[in-house]
Amino acid sequence: MVSTLGGFVLFLALGVTIYAAAASVIGARPGREDWLASSRNAILVHFCLVTLAIFLLEYALITSDFSLRYVANTSTRGSLTRYKIAGLWGSLEGSILLWEWLQALMGALVVARYHDKHRQLMPYVQAVLQGISVFFLLLMAFAVNPFARIFPIPPDGRGLNPLLEVTDMLVHPLLLYSGYVGFSVPFAFGLAALITGRPSEEWLTITRRWTVVAWMFLTCGIFYGGWWSYRTLGWGGYWAWDPVENASFMPWLTGTAFIHSVMIQQRKRMLRIWNLVLVTLTFSLVIFGTFLTRSGILGSVHAFADGPVGVMFLAFLSVVLLFSFGLVAYRADQLKGHGELDSIVSRESAFLLNNVILVGICFTVFLGTIFPLLSEAVRGTKISVGTPYFNRVAGPLGMALLLLMGVGPLIAWGRASLNNLRRNFLKPSLLAVAGTIALYFLGVHEEAVLAAFLFAFFVIATVSFEFVVSTRTRARSTGERLLEAFFALLLRSRRRYGGLIVHLGVVIAIIGIAVSSIYKVEREATLKPGETLSIGHYTVRFDSLAAGERPTHILVWANLMGLKDGKPIGELTPGSRFYPNQQTPFASVDARYHWKEDLYVILSAFERDGSSATIKVMINPMISWIWIGGGVIVLGVLVAVLPERRLALLSVRARAQEA
Amino acid sequence: MAAATGSISWKKALIPLASLPLIALLAYGFRTDPKNIPSPLVKKPAPAFQMAIYDGEPISLGGLKGKAVVLNFWASWCFPACYEEAPLLESTWRTYKEQGVIFLGVDIQDKEANAREFMRRFNYTFPNGPDPGSKISIDYGVYGVPETFFIDRQGRIAYKHVGALTPDLLRAQLDVLLKEQ
Amino acid sequence: MAGLMALVLLLVPVLGSAATAAVTQMPDFALEDRVREVAEGLRCVVCQNLSVADSPSDLAKEMRNVVRELIQQGKSPAEIRAYFVSRYGEFVLLAPPKRGFNLLLWGLPFLAIAAGACGVYFVAKRWTAQREPERAVDPEYAERVRRDLQERAGPSKS
Repeated sequence: MVSTLGGFVLFLALGVTIYAAAASVIGARPGREDWLASSRNAILVHFCLVTLAIFLLEYALITSDFSLRYVANTSTRGSLTRYKIAGLWGSLEGSILLWEWLQALMGALVVARYHDKHRQLMPYVQAVLQGISVFFLLLMAFAVNPFARIFPIPPDGRGLNPLLEVTDMLVHPLLLYSGYVGFSVPFAFGLAALITGRPSEEWLTITRRWTVVAWMFLTCGIFYGGWWSYRTLGWGGYWAWDPVENASFMPWLTGTAFIHSVMIQQRKRMLRIWNLVLVTLTFSLVIFGTFLTRSGILGSVHAFADGPVGVMFLAFLSVVLLFSFGLVAYRADQLKGHGELDSIVSRESAFLLNNVILVGICFTVFLGTIFPLLSEAVRGTKISVGTPYFNRVAGPLGMALLLLMGVGPLIAWGRASLNNLRRNFLKPSLLAVAGTIALYFLGVHEEAVLAAFLFAFFVIATVSFEFVVSTRTRARSTGERLLEAFFALLLRSRRRYGGLIVHLGVVIAIIGIAVSSIYKVEREATLKPGETLSIGHYTVRFDSLAAGERPTHILVWANLMGLKDGKPIGELTPGSRFYPNQQTPFASVDARYHWKEDLYVILSAFERDGSSATIKVMINPMISWIWIGGGVIVLGVLVAVLPERRLALLSVRARAQEA
Repeated sequence: MAAATGSISWKKALIPLASLPLIALLAYGFRTDPKNIPSPLVKKPAPAFQMAIYDGEPISLGGLKGKAVVLNFWASWCFPACYEEAPLLESTWRTYKEQGVIFLGVDIQDKEANAREFMRRFNYTFPNGPDPGSKISIDYGVYGVPETFFIDRQGRIAYKHVGALTPDLLRAQLDVLLKEQ
Repeated sequence: MAGLMALVLLLVPVLGSAATAAVTQMPDFALEDRVREVAEGLRCVVCQNLSVADSPSDLAKEMRNVVRELIQQGKSPAEIRAYFVSRYGEFVLLAPPKRGFNLLLWGLPFLAIAAGACGVYFVAKRWTAQREPERAVDPEYAERVRRDLQERAGPSKS
């Protein structure tokens, strides 16, 4: 019943969405407001229908309705309820439904927010967003129906891949998808601007918050994925330059470039073509990424490919690329702004350089990702492109970007005078050099780490000085106390200070990456009960082996005692999870996380009688700084996008309380 | 305000058309199989090894010169492929054993008890042995199970098959091996 | 001054952590370090994109053992890599050798960035040439502005 109803709902949604797209285009002409109004209703109906489909699938999952093939593939009777719910996006069909739901949500939100504004742009914005939904609905209608039935009805489901039965699965895909789908909104507005031939900066102002929030979700998703990999997968790392990881990183890179270069366009009306190219690239890379995941042309941990899906995604990607770039070419002459720069030494130049580096890193990652395919096509041999390559090329570029992050926010727009440069950069530069020299004498000798710290100190110094000096100046001129002045400053120039906080977060994360990569140490040993393994200041003692039944698996773990400088710091219980359907066990890592360093332990092997256990112990210095940095980035974004009305209220209330 | 019209010359058309090579490359990707990695050992001399045999005398590859060898890598934990091809291997062995070919099984990363159970289940009569330290597997570039190498009478690897064997393929390759003197 | 102190306070934990981290290097694991170095360049063939050094799988462990043996026999990293390539093919190297067609992979990114940077430089040059010439500021006006600013700054001085 659910199956038939669900399939019907999706087909209905497909029809409604096609109508919505067509009606939007018809409603673009002046005088056709009735068509436009009808299209808006259709968009809302579209959203309701897809929501209904989600409810139906979740209902089937929670009630373990195994007559649906999808439910049988992604859950078992014994699964915990929250993993049954997460089964919605655990496999291909459901993930497409989730994506489409988010896409429909975007369409509805855009309509709700702008329904009586932007008369010229909106019809085409709607048409583009609905058009994207049409593709995803077509996918589900003709290729990957989440409501497909299975005969005979199995007594129990196969269940989610055990790697996915963790709380992270409840969060990570939602974060990523929100980011991906969120980028479709600035893309739609960009295309609408191209179609209507309005060479204005209008669409940038409208979509600024959408872009930044989508970027935030994507950033969260990427950081969270790394955190998940580190805490759960048991190899001690957080990023493997896997093709699908790269696929999430590439739109992030062009999205970041876009956020920056948009600021130039808003001030100087330049770079119009470039920004349209960037937003198209960002969305195309999102589609490319999801194509990679679902086509199976590149092996990956994340891939879950099937049949005609790959071909359909490639077709859609081709349409997006040809149509968007065709439009850009068509409108190129009209878009050319009058490019004017006051000086090469200016913030505009810094942003241009920022774009070159970010797009350069994106190009590198892209090249590395498809090169195995290219090499096979040309030479016929299969090769691998992995971590050594990406680190080697992206590393120095990341350093350059780090330096720019310190320079960019403080260098003046227009022309940076020598005075301006001295005032803003002299002290931070001196401090950075001093700090780096201090580090050298404290024992840090690796060039990469020293360079990273040099630039990082520089950025931290510039940001700190900016905050401190501005706060002091404001406090002096308004008579507020320092803390008040600080918050008032944040609220007044949210974009600027939010941006500074984001930069700070990125710097913190980069420090974490640099130090943890270069200074991590590991040691492996087979221990009998009572024996210890020493690593750095730490000692790990193997006490005993234990086993227990869990709802979906058997867990075997080692009871270890961790000691630092001889003093006990706590128990560690790394283990292995044995699932009935899986041949090899899954690691269950344990660690003592600390902002200075992590003590990370894996159970590699054991004797069933508990007579010995092989453990691998790692020290990952400053790796938590990566996650902390991610948190600071989110904080910065929230500061930057807080809406104005609420803030005016807050500051009024604060002033009233003072009085 | 009426929207100004744009124009497109063939030069500008290059911009969207530039994406076509990429699309073509990705389309090519559909024909490749990322899991199938060609072996550099084919047509080269088979790496020598010495292995212990479950319930038998140790066998060295050098000692088998002059005979064709079907070298099969398997494991008891390899579902379902090894279980699918096992009966085929055993029955083909019984048919061909007098014709100058020897079947040899290498059990990788396994526990002896499980291996013996596997062999008992399929009534294996051809020699099988463990590969401690995975030396033989690494020498042969084995990256999964099951994998089967067809070695000719001169000790060269004629063909490598990844995955479960099928009756046609097994017989065809055997005939090739046995045809040459 | 306050700014400087704030900054120093911010930097102290950073310095401390980094220093601790750096000094945790253990001198008696030279062999393991060398194994790790070579293993980091080899691909674990049964995993997705992990290196032989990172992978927790059994085959990777055995491959590490082979690497260790080869190092102890005195083989160089290049020879060890060649050993594995002759058995598994180029696929087993995590970064393709800088030869022939692969030079595209290693060279294109730097070329692209260099081209981009040059492009930006030339475009910026053109754009600075296109700007409108500056007009001299009227000195009387400038004096008025200066006086106004001083007046505003005056009363708030605490």
